[in-house]
Amino acid sequence: MIQFLAKRFLQIFPAFIGITLLTFSLVHLIPGDPVELLAGERGIDPARHEQMKKAMGLDKPLAVQYLQYITNVFKGDLGKSFVTKKPVLKEFMTLFPATLELSFCAMIFAVLFGLPAGVIAGVKRGTVFDHSVMTVSLTGYSMPIFWWGLLLILFFSVNLGWTPVSGRLSALYWIDADTGFMLIDAFRSDEQGAFKSALSHLILPSIVLGTIPLAVIARMTRSSMLEVLQEDYVRTARAKGLSPARVIMIHALRNALIPVITVIGLQVGVLLAGAILTETIFAWPGVGKWIVESINRRDYPVVQGGILIISSLIIFVNLLVDILYGIVNPRISRA
Amino acid sequence: MKWKNCITALSVVVMLTVLSISAHAKTFVYCSEGSPEGFTPALYTSGTTFDASAVQIFDRLVGFERGTTKIEPGLATSWDVSEDGMTYTFHLRKDVDFHTTSFFTPTRKFNADDVIFSFERQSNPNHPYNKISGGNYEYFTSMGMPELIKSIEKKDDYTVVFHLTKPEAPFIANLAMDFASIHSAEYADKMLKAGTPDEFDQKPVGTGPFVFVSYQKDSAIRYQANETYWQGRAKIDKLVFTITPDASVRYAKLKAGECHLIPYPNPADLEQMKKDTNINLMEKEGLNVGYLAFNVKTDEFKDVRVRQALSMAINKQAIIDAVFQGAGKVAKNPIPPTIWSYNDAVKDYDYNVEQAKKLLAEADFDKGFETDLWAMPVQRPYNPNARRMAEMIQEDWSKIGVTAKIVSYEWGEYLKRSMAGEHKSLLLGWTGDNGDPDNFLSVLLGCDAVGSSNRAQWCYKPFDDLVKKAKLIADPAERTKLYEEAQAIFKEQAPWVTIAHSVVFEPMSTKVVDYKIDPFGKHIFYGVDLKE
Repeated sequence: MIQFLAKRFLQIFPAFIGITLLTFSLVHLIPGDPVELLAGERGIDPARHEQMKKAMGLDKPLAVQYLQYITNVFKGDLGKSFVTKKPVLKEFMTLFPATLELSFCAMIFAVLFGLPAGVIAGVKRGTVFDHSVMTVSLTGYSMPIFWWGLLLILFFSVNLGWTPVSGRLSALYWIDADTGFMLIDAFRSDEQGAFKSALSHLILPSIVLGTIPLAVIARMTRSSMLEVLQEDYVRTARAKGLSPARVIMIHALRNALIPVITVIGLQVGVLLAGAILTETIFAWPGVGKWIVESINRRDYPVVQGGILIISSLIIFVNLLVDILYGIVNPRISRA
Repeated sequence: MKWKNCITALSVVVMLTVLSISAHAKTFVYCSEGSPEGFTPALYTSGTTFDASAVQIFDRLVGFERGTTKIEPGLATSWDVSEDGMTYTFHLRKDVDFHTTSFFTPTRKFNADDVIFSFERQSNPNHPYNKISGGNYEYFTSMGMPELIKSIEKKDDYTVVFHLTKPEAPFIANLAMDFASIHSAEYADKMLKAGTPDEFDQKPVGTGPFVFVSYQKDSAIRYQANETYWQGRAKIDKLVFTITPDASVRYAKLKAGECHLIPYPNPADLEQMKKDTNINLMEKEGLNVGYLAFNVKTDEFKDVRVRQALSMAINKQAIIDAVFQGAGKVAKNPIPPTIWSYNDAVKDYDYNVEQAKKLLAEADFDKGFETDLWAMPVQRPYNPNARRMAEMIQEDWSKIGVTAKIVSYEWGEYLKRSMAGEHKSLLLGWTGDNGDPDNFLSVLLGCDAVGSSNRAQWCYKPFDDLVKKAKLIADPAERTKLYEEAQAIFKEQAPWVTIAHSVVFEPMSTKVVDYKIDPFGKHIFYGVDLKE
């Protein structure tokens, strides 16, 4: 086991370096000069331009800049934002709860609807229900998030007035963001109706962000169910005269869930990537929107740092899944 | 006993009434387009940041009358200018309170120390606050203040004297700009002693109409009315900025009643907004100009006749109709008509293809030539769709044999390359800072600005002399004459094709009362009320 862990950790290291190198190069490849953007249309005189570039550390060759950056990263310093001059890590920590809250709710939505839909489609294979679930999930999977979000806003918020358009809480409530998780903060506050407002603000973004994972989960559950339902032990269970519900829920579903759980784990990456678009449409103050705005402002430290933290999180989740697998199935850790 | 019960019941009723009134406090929600970079206006240049900081929280020595470019007294009640125009003495307003917030309680009123602190921070590199929060004072620097201000002297608690290195007429207008906002020196001291000077720029304390309450990054900014504001308390009780970057989402929020006012609507939505009975779409000519600049250093555009010919070949009215969808006005001068000294006598080049061909032939370009035309990649009030505009100009020019290739770069790159003069002709524009003609004429067309904001790279001595001379005179009437003359020269030399002054649109709920569109493009909520 220890050998397995050591091997996995060693594999992380090059991945980590790869990420920093890739984000660093990509960010610097985008044309545009952060100094110019800070100065705006007014323009800036060349001497002042040089001075600011030097202050931001952009005057050195790229290789030197990268080495300096990576050294600082290992010291735990992700740099300061060019725009706000605040430490990147601190800004990330302020915004991350919003992304986490949204991703969590989106995942709940995806599992809550995706699993049952997949199970029923698998059991009722070839029926109208099966075909509709598969068509809807394919549509959901291929729908551009941006378009889907605006469509839902127009229908539910503007036409029907059922849900708020964007944001995390109605402007009428003034609550303190102690934890950063709006549901918790609103629940703990004295303001009546704040919790309901926070909850209603989560509905549309969760649906939009959860749509792709929902489609993936539904399809995976269906195919996994189909496979399991043909196994001998299911036939045995049926032959024993067990009720169909018991056969499906206890004997088939339990075993069919194993690959589904793996897929759910993999969706963490999809959720964090999807959050970038969802947050932009719904003016959701999370890390996704923060990174998009920073790309527009050429705020290099924020883009590099933000992407680094998010990818490290994804690596970490994958590692965790691997380790859990190793524990569950000793054959994997020995391999 | 009965009496006691009655009194208890009565007091409960009174308390409930008071509570219900406070629950119905007038909250104004503004769906802003982006997050502020910070709350000290001097450190930043974006309108978004100024809206969130300078406009609501701070005052300046002088201000602009709401909705105009007219200067009025602010924290200074009056000022005297010495005869040589090099000494400005400001008499400060007494009895002005700085905000009391959860993080700071002032122990004294506003005085000369605060004025000195606010300017010294920007001008003195050894000032303890100079390097805090990045320490870039872009506006202060680019308005030429470091070279202009020789010293600032405190005569007494309520008199401050600015000594200048040369007479500079736009100086007063500059002091009404956001970077000249007055901060509390007492608060700055407190933060410095506490070892948290950075927080000074994130948790602002000013004298303005609204008190800063909190900022949740990228989400919302909250303010409440300053109860002791020297101009009188604001009519609304609370002000909330809900940060909503997408224009379609802002419009959806306005329709759903989630905001009272939104900035920068999509031009495509304007028709629908006009028809909506719940929306009041206000409009006003912006303090801006959209132009096409010829790079006069290139072979084809160094000849004035070519520039004139290409100016004549453009059908500006068609552009206004198609690109601005009617929401613009043809520009003939480099300054908008809302600015004093606008020369209405200047005659624009009429759209005349034949005359244009003739002029080109005179300049030995009878077969036309090939050139490039740069189109901005971003939307701006003075040019809502540069690509479309460029295509129309391309077509107009093709009629006189000029083939233009449309070029575009990412915005930062566009600004940088055009400053360096890599273009042959380009589309750009400008929004005024201080309502002074100098802010357009010398910033955009002066010889000193060649290589930076003078995109035409045009340095023409007769023009430059007039603008430089006007800068040294304090009398507005005399300055007007010089600027009028400069505008005539500009038209004759045609370094630009002046295309349009935009019309600024501000869609708002019909509940909003007494909002005035600011010519500078800022969003001022002092003086605004909400109908029940």
